[in-house]
Amino acid sequence: MNNYLTSNIFRKVLASLSGLFLVTFLIGHLLGNLQLFIPGVEGQTQFNKYAFFMTTNPVVKLLSIITYSAIFLHIFITLYLVIQSKRARPVQYAVSNGKDNSSWSSRNMSVLGTVLLFFLIVHLKSFWYEMHFGEMPYQYLSDGTKIKDLHLITTSAFQNPFYTFFYVFCMVALSLHLKHGVESAIQTVGLKIPSYEKFFKYGAMLVAFSIPAVFASIPIYLYVSSL
Amino acid sequence: MSGLDLTLKIWRQKSSVDNGGFETYDVKGLNSHMSFLEMMDVLNEQLVTQNKEPVAFDHDCREGICGMCSMVINGRPHGPLKGTTTCQLHMRHFNNGDIITIEPWRAKAFPVIKDLVVDRSSFDRIIQSGGYISVNTGSAPDGNAIPIPKDIAEEAFDAAACIGCGACVATCKNASASLFVSAKVSQLSLLPQGQPERKERVNKMVAQMDSEGFGHCTNTGACEVECPKEISIEYIRKMNLDYNVNNIKS
Repeated sequence: MNNYLTSNIFRKVLASLSGLFLVTFLIGHLLGNLQLFIPGVEGQTQFNKYAFFMTTNPVVKLLSIITYSAIFLHIFITLYLVIQSKRARPVQYAVSNGKDNSSWSSRNMSVLGTVLLFFLIVHLKSFWYEMHFGEMPYQYLSDGTKIKDLHLITTSAFQNPFYTFFYVFCMVALSLHLKHGVESAIQTVGLKIPSYEKFFKYGAMLVAFSIPAVFASIPIYLYVSSL
Repeated sequence: MSGLDLTLKIWRQKSSVDNGGFETYDVKGLNSHMSFLEMMDVLNEQLVTQNKEPVAFDHDCREGICGMCSMVINGRPHGPLKGTTTCQLHMRHFNNGDIITIEPWRAKAFPVIKDLVVDRSSFDRIIQSGGYISVNTGSAPDGNAIPIPKDIAEEAFDAAACIGCGACVATCKNASASLFVSAKVSQLSLLPQGQPERKERVNKMVAQMDSEGFGHCTNTGACEVECPKEISIEYIRKMNLDYNVNNIKS
């Protein structure tokens, strides 16, 4: 294996594969979130049952462990590479003209990633932490059982315009991160072959636009319907 | 014809251990048909007549094929013109009264020797690690003795156009040498003569690139824009695929 496992290309492959895996997580998460569009008690019941399933099902728990591992791997590998690239240029240029040769998102992946990490912490505190450890309100179902009311927590969180704006702003950051990240990951693993270049380029743009846009539409919908 | 007057902010550094800093010079009445290096010659003649130390800069062929010239001009390696080296950049692309900032290539693996001259022997060590084919030398072989499809020959030739100037490293935000290394790997790995050592070559050259302290590739694509020979990052993809497949198989 020579020093494959300590090579920068291998580190980049890990960053790419963990990133691409997290895109599949985003799609799954997004499909779940779409239930927030269902109005009334029906929507509330369905969403709360879904949340209960997602926090108790053993297969989902296993998936969540894999997801957290991918997030940590992605953060640590990219952090290592960012520090290394700072060391690769100890003296900076007095004048640099990145905008003439590359996209803003490609040059600022670490900034975008940091915004997303901050978002993740706030997001997990707001919903994941409350669901697991917080004092949750309950919804009483028609069969007499009670269930944690994550739907109420979510809809009331997005009655706050600042919280809604913060969410939408972070989805813009996600979009820019995905715009470069998805295409770059495919190039890093070596699959962006020229005959499929357009497919990968436009596919990546579609992923980068559509996922954050649908994510952002939910808090906007919840905020507007709370007015 | 009235000449071109410029203000130059140039990085001056006495030696590799000196901290260095910018000095500002005025040059007046330049002919706009001059190349950028000829403009530097004019400046140096001016400095010599003033009993000042001329600016050290690398240059050799002055016809865009040797890869010696290496200046970051207003934040862009080899200046603003696409697909050209500094020596082929002419002063007609600048305006009277312009302030031009000139810096050396900046990378840990390219330490400054003096002023604008950097030590690029890290590139030589990468080539020495595997950028060759082991063959017995003898008389020149017949042309087309080994049939190679036209498109493959073209692709290998495009990679071989790399003059090893280091503009890719200079412009990369991570000071990555991926474009250079991938071009040097691909010019051989695409051809039949390169096959016997193909796997060993990519492994050794990538390992040498890492050990020289170059950064990683984040696929910004800046290198292919600034490359005076317009080498495509497609070669980086090829190198990555080769390197990954080799090592996963073994």
